[in-house]
Amino acid sequence: MNSKHVVSDEAPAVELAGITKRFPGVIANQNVNVRVERGEIHALVGENGAGKSTLMKILYGMQPADEGTMEVGGKRVNFSSPRDAIDHGIGMVHQHFMLADNFTVLENIILGSEPLKGGGRIDFNQAHDKVQALCDSYGLEINIDDLVEDLEVGERQRVEIIKVLFRGAEILILDEPTAVLVPHEVDELFRNLRELRTQGKTIIFIDHKLDEVLEISDNITVLRRGETVATVGASEVTAPELAELMVGAELPSPGEREGAIGDAVTFKAENLTITEADGRKVLNGVSFQIHDKEIVGLAGVEGNGQSELIDALLGIRPLSAGRLFLNGEDLTNSAVSDRRAKGLGYVPEDRHRRGLLLNFPLWENAMLGYQRLKPFSKRGFWLDSEATRERTEEIISRFDVRTPNMDVAARVLSGGNQQKLIVGREMLSEPEALIAAHPTRGVDVGAQAAIWESLRAARDEGLGVLLISADLDELIGLSDRLLVIFRGEIVAELNPETITPRELGGYMTGAGATTEAANG
Amino acid sequence: MVERIKFSLAAPVVAIVVSILVGSLVLIASGANPLAAYGEMIRFGFQLETIVNILNRATPLYLSAVAVAIGFRMNLFNIGVEGQYILAAFMGAAAGAELAFLPGPLHVVAILFVSMVTGAVWAAIPAVLKVTRGVSEVISTIMLNAIATGFLVSYLLAKWADQSDTTLNIQTKPIEESGWVPSLNGVLELFTRDIRPGTELYGFLLIAILVGVIYHVGLKYTRPGFDLRASGENPAAAEASGVSPKSTVIAAMLLSGGIAGLVGLPEILGRTHNFGLQFTRQLGFVGIAVALLGRNHPVGIAVGALIIAFLDSSSAVLQVKSDASPEVVKIIQGVIIFTSVVAYEVIRRRQAVDEARSAAEALAQPSPHGSHGEGAEPMVDPAKQGGRS
Repeated sequence: MNSKHVVSDEAPAVELAGITKRFPGVIANQNVNVRVERGEIHALVGENGAGKSTLMKILYGMQPADEGTMEVGGKRVNFSSPRDAIDHGIGMVHQHFMLADNFTVLENIILGSEPLKGGGRIDFNQAHDKVQALCDSYGLEINIDDLVEDLEVGERQRVEIIKVLFRGAEILILDEPTAVLVPHEVDELFRNLRELRTQGKTIIFIDHKLDEVLEISDNITVLRRGETVATVGASEVTAPELAELMVGAELPSPGEREGAIGDAVTFKAENLTITEADGRKVLNGVSFQIHDKEIVGLAGVEGNGQSELIDALLGIRPLSAGRLFLNGEDLTNSAVSDRRAKGLGYVPEDRHRRGLLLNFPLWENAMLGYQRLKPFSKRGFWLDSEATRERTEEIISRFDVRTPNMDVAARVLSGGNQQKLIVGREMLSEPEALIAAHPTRGVDVGAQAAIWESLRAARDEGLGVLLISADLDELIGLSDRLLVIFRGEIVAELNPETITPRELGGYMTGAGATTEAANG
Repeated sequence: MVERIKFSLAAPVVAIVVSILVGSLVLIASGANPLAAYGEMIRFGFQLETIVNILNRATPLYLSAVAVAIGFRMNLFNIGVEGQYILAAFMGAAAGAELAFLPGPLHVVAILFVSMVTGAVWAAIPAVLKVTRGVSEVISTIMLNAIATGFLVSYLLAKWADQSDTTLNIQTKPIEESGWVPSLNGVLELFTRDIRPGTELYGFLLIAILVGVIYHVGLKYTRPGFDLRASGENPAAAEASGVSPKSTVIAAMLLSGGIAGLVGLPEILGRTHNFGLQFTRQLGFVGIAVALLGRNHPVGIAVGALIIAFLDSSSAVLQVKSDASPEVVKIIQGVIIFTSVVAYEVIRRRQAVDEARSAAEALAQPSPHGSHGEGAEPMVDPAKQGGRS
């Protein structure tokens, strides 16, 4: 946290002045001013929709600004394509990697700017030497002859960074680089970024995880609703202050629970096992119980059986072995519709894929999953559109869904509002047990707080929740009990009050799983 | 609301204008006067007898298109309507001739029943293949069309043909009058002059309208209809909401096949009273085009069926009264369908942008709920944007 790392008299690396960008009906950026000094790590923070990505797309030449000026290294520039930006030494590492899986690291890095030798042939020897030298000089550890498909996420990200450096970037833009990483990979990334800074590179870092921003950056520019709110030194500000700048209100602190965990077992899973056709066990003897008034958090690196477990609990995927009970009733062989009708709620991990009918109006989306029940249909046959619309109105007002009206298609809403609609739908249908998979993924701080609060309130009123999440703060902050899933097995049961995110990260990667091993 | 109507009318209007222009070019190229040709078509097309013919042609087209549309709503491409309706009409005609002991209305109902069940059973084959073996319904229905029309019907027709008929015609035994659907000439003549003999408005028109109403109400106002629409829109979300994908595929195909079973009956119960070699074919394929033209909407399909039927019926006059070839109508029909599909897509995108804009404008006003939050996304394709900023 050395905010005074560079105090430069030179022209700033990037200076954006008075940038305004309008989309039909929306002002994405309004009079935005950002000054990024040479050789600093500058974070750009703000809620979803605050205009961070738009601003970076303008800087990277993907979109033109309507008004304002850009200076790079003191010179006025006007980019009409990313190619122009690259020529001025600006490189971008996108959140979604753009790598060819079946190419080696080296091939991916030189793709598009291959060093040539006579006859238009690629000079692989020269390329190999150059890339290796680049990696060594910046301390970026990677075997450049590996196939990209064999790499872990953190390594792929490193490839993207090398790729940008190979093209001569002096200024690197990283778009939410930590969103896809587990804790130890974040540490590695930060180590790399600091090394790059030491060697004089300028880094613009987009994020909304405040503790990370405070850890890595020198200066922070906060955007809110398309406008610059402030630029502050990382050492002069605390996370709550930063959050306040972002949302314009103080971040709700994690509320204490009211009352104890209930005695009754709401949901019980016994020995759930799913064996693939090739004999691989994607779920292996998973057992747990959820009491009423309890949130059980399921931690795990993605791909360790979480999605299979969700599908099995919902009834979408058949179990090879094991049994399921909701309020003592055996649901093992029930159809999805039966489970939902008996009060199994579901907030899906991917709202566009599983949670919404994007081209249907909000009021029709409000009954999805509960269309067989009152008030949405009469005797499960005739839809009751009047009652459904009343319920939709209630969801919109109680969960603060921002929408002009309930007849617009769900796709029109922003991600956070779509998620609030889904959470509201599940909550107001008063399920007995709720599977909440990444309930706040990709939503802004404001919506996140609202969703957390509604989960807590429902828990206090008796709901049993299985919370599956990749956000460790969310897991630790919300859960009454934590389970860790690793390679299809529950490897640990932990107390969220005593565990730190770092320790939890260790359990998730399989380390230290033996000591506290438990099976629900 | 006005906006929405404007949007839904824009595409067909564009399609019709473009196709008339293309038709004119073709007419000019072949040396005919387009104004004269179109004039003849309109003059002839609005004669009472032609109107009856148009309605008679539109009735089976409407049923066929509704059958196709039921599949479309669920993302099923039932190309098998062709085979389903021909087989169903044949079975209905054959059974109808044997069921003469039934009293009037019951006789008709029994024939409808036999045909609908035949169509549904024939459609059940691709449905079962799809849910159990993952066979694409496009492939299986095309193959079943060949089996039904090329082999099964020909074989059974030869076997069950009316042996008492001494002409060279091959046809099923005639259905007794109790099994006929009476014509609507009497009703129509209340409002117009007498219709020349030989032209009879099919009573089946009323059944087609009834089918359209049931289709609309069923999809829009019932839970199974919602399930079907939800599955068509987003199968994964529908499944998570408790809609079984397999049973929805089966149900949609059975319904589609059942309605397809009715397509041949206006002709058989209203005019020929048997199934013979002259039985009208191709209605299943034209139905696909009509469903596309009508955007699977019950009223849109009706308009589409009437347009196609108008062109079919009025083109006959070109041969007699003008030096234009009636085949130009085929070109016009093709262009209408083609341009309407393109125009619908263009307008759908325009509409999406408009919707996003008006939502964003509404949200730009201070929120009634007070606290911080975010506006709508400005882009057309939120699916790609995800929830990120």
